[in-house]
Amino acid sequence: MDIFANLLGKLNWHIFPQDTLTRGATVSMGLIVIALFVFITFKKKWKWLWKEWLTSVDPKKIGVMYIVVALIMLVRGGADALLLRAQQATSVGTSHGIMSANTFQQIFSAHGTIMIFFVGMGLMFGLINLVLPLQIGARDVAFPFLNLTSFWLFAAGMILVNLSLGIGDFSAAGWLAYPPLSELQYSPGVGVDYWIWSLQIAGVGSLLSGVNFTATIIKMRAAGMTLMKMPMFVWSVLGCVLLIIFAFPILTVTLALLFLDRTIGTNFFTASGGGNMMMYINLIWAWGHPEVYILILPAFGVFSEVVATFSRKRLFGYTSMVWAIGAITILSFSVWLHHFFTMGAGADVNGFFGIMTMVIAIPTGVKIFNWLATMYRGKISFKTPMFWFLGFVGLFTVGGVAGVVMAIPPADFQLHNSLFLVAHFHTMIVGGVLFGYFAGINYWFPKIFGFKLHEGLGRCAFWCWFVGFLLAFVPLYILGLMGATRRIDHYSPSLGWQPLFIVAGIGAVIIAIGVAFLFLQLVVSIIQRKQNLDKTGDPWNGRTLEWSIPSPAPFYNFAVAPVVNDRDAFWAIKQARKAGDKVEKPKYEDIVVPKNAPASIIIGMFALVFGFGMIWHIWWLSIICFIGLLLTIIVRTTSDDTEYVLEASEVEKIETELRLKRGYA
Amino acid sequence: MTTPYNVATIKTHVPDNDTDSKTILGFWIYIMTDCVLFASLFATYAVLHKNTFDGPSAQQLFSLKYVLTETIVLLTSSFTCGLAILSLRQNHKNKVLFWFSITFILGIVFLALELTDFRHLALQGDSWRRSGFLSSFFALVGTHGLHITVGLIWMLVMLVRVWMVGLSKGNIRRLTLLSIFWHFLDIIWIFIFTIVYLFGALGI
Repeated sequence: MDIFANLLGKLNWHIFPQDTLTRGATVSMGLIVIALFVFITFKKKWKWLWKEWLTSVDPKKIGVMYIVVALIMLVRGGADALLLRAQQATSVGTSHGIMSANTFQQIFSAHGTIMIFFVGMGLMFGLINLVLPLQIGARDVAFPFLNLTSFWLFAAGMILVNLSLGIGDFSAAGWLAYPPLSELQYSPGVGVDYWIWSLQIAGVGSLLSGVNFTATIIKMRAAGMTLMKMPMFVWSVLGCVLLIIFAFPILTVTLALLFLDRTIGTNFFTASGGGNMMMYINLIWAWGHPEVYILILPAFGVFSEVVATFSRKRLFGYTSMVWAIGAITILSFSVWLHHFFTMGAGADVNGFFGIMTMVIAIPTGVKIFNWLATMYRGKISFKTPMFWFLGFVGLFTVGGVAGVVMAIPPADFQLHNSLFLVAHFHTMIVGGVLFGYFAGINYWFPKIFGFKLHEGLGRCAFWCWFVGFLLAFVPLYILGLMGATRRIDHYSPSLGWQPLFIVAGIGAVIIAIGVAFLFLQLVVSIIQRKQNLDKTGDPWNGRTLEWSIPSPAPFYNFAVAPVVNDRDAFWAIKQARKAGDKVEKPKYEDIVVPKNAPASIIIGMFALVFGFGMIWHIWWLSIICFIGLLLTIIVRTTSDDTEYVLEASEVEKIETELRLKRGYA
Repeated sequence: MTTPYNVATIKTHVPDNDTDSKTILGFWIYIMTDCVLFASLFATYAVLHKNTFDGPSAQQLFSLKYVLTETIVLLTSSFTCGLAILSLRQNHKNKVLFWFSITFILGIVFLALELTDFRHLALQGDSWRRSGFLSSFFALVGTHGLHITVGLIWMLVMLVRVWMVGLSKGNIRRLTLLSIFWHFLDIIWIFIFTIVYLFGALGI
């Protein structure tokens, strides 16, 4: 019996959820997964799924997989948000709401973790994968195998977070797990370990993606595309991936040190033994602050493309936009202390970080004004992406001003850890990051799938999100000023907070309807795809290279390597053609295509089980998986058989078929 | 579809799709991320190195002679790794195998010395549990040792590969990356030697 207990580490029969709420969630999630497996088996689609998607190194397919995962996680994180709102709207006085304090803490920790790491980062890497190679006129990323491996590490982290729902519990220490609460003494369960290992595994994936896309942008731009001719989205991604390179190793170290504290008894962040818990908070924010810019920069890039295209004007102030991105990239490493002015670092230190925080608002303001100036006297067509953009401008400006308010240290002593802060960062992340990526999905969808998304339903989704957002978060600003702190699961009716919490709850429901509209838009668009086919490959009268090829983009992207002579490369080509430039007959060439990489999914699954073993202290399992991981990497990296050549005649055949199928000239 | 422009007219920027140059750039970027990783650990050490919690300090624990031996062994391995790369440039397979084998043995000796030191510390009760200072010491030096271990496994794999397949284009690229990695670990060790051991001996 002893051996058996040791073999299974901390696993035993008590790990399954005890309360009805979590049980219900676990069972329904389990049923959905089982139904999916049965459906795929019944349809005999496993082979197709494996060959065409799970092992495909085509960045467009990897991007779609990222976005699918992110949207599913949006539902999971959104359900968490609804539960939090329901609890805070009802848990007053004698009523204790719908859940226990412990469940409430787990849910807000899971909500934050999932929304940042698996929704925000997922949508971001999804869009970068879809668009970046197309925009720079490349056929792939620099390291296709690494790219797919990043995705599978991301997926492994996602699965770990969701396993915690049914097996054991999740962290109750908030989305950044501050010690000493997250130390073994105060969080003896496996929750914090789930948090550590899901982020560690997904974080390594993000880091590898950062390396990959940096090399891609530096090495693989089309002929003639100098740095100052890159589309603005590419610039924003460059800023983002440079931040990833410099920020994510700090996260890796911080998580590893917390793990060591909890597992082998080191004293990094402990309250005694010579540890220093403020060092954790410094380290985690030295990663965490750049992280929010990592999320927002590509969204800025999306808006730059969307505004220019739908205003039918060249982006205003390109050079200043580039400098603004550069400034934000550098400054974002000099503001992390504003997350804990109350640490007591002294007036000078707080003053420095306060001023740096205000300074970073300047380049951001430059970008806002440039977008508005791009619209000025433009021929604006109000398509769905433009709606998301206009919503973004309003919300982001308000949220940004709220941020500058909190950058004043004395004011922050009042607002720190209040719902005002919660409202501020939701304004930035929902109004900025999510709106940006929704705009991007609407904008680039036809390039990937060959048909446009439904306009009307897209607008319905936007209005639900926008109105719901205001209802859900304006009350939180007010509540914060009234003194409500974040993460409270119960309060006294005498405070008079309940009506505002109820309004916020209604807002959350309207956002949920917005999410439903997003999915409805997708379903209806797929059903009606014949009516919205993108036959030209250029549905929005676009300006950049991705619109110069047929939709959906063929797996090799460009049949003929493009040449760039202008910032708005495709726009310049179209203008030249209008002026009478002749279209040459394409000269096809052999294309080197990377082969499918099953090693990536194997690495991802080994990492998943490895993490599971570490969480539950099943050491033998972790050791086996680690050796498996190592062997897979060795076998894969010493193999030279990873590419094949698509001959020019074959390319010509595919291109001709594409044209006939789509009814091109 | 096609453009009215001619590739030959482009002088400003041409894409570089060569696998070698892409991989080497990517590897340098990875090395940069590893620099940040070690920087975080050095910062942790800098913050915690006085938090001895009534336990021994760096001055009481470390023997400079022992560390100097470790340092000389590792620096020599870096030198032999350089010789291996020179042989690689001359396309001399046996010399490459010979010098990388020497590098490998020196790496093993370094690792053995380090582990002996760790074991010694742990047995006399000064393990990572003892104080914040010792936690950060073991994390920093241990992470370097872990990198050395990874480098040694990589070297072993490459020795077998070169022995079996020879100096193929792919193997030349991989050996170049390996030597970058090995020299990088050497540089990190110089910082560890200075900041942990020399400063420690001086009681800074």
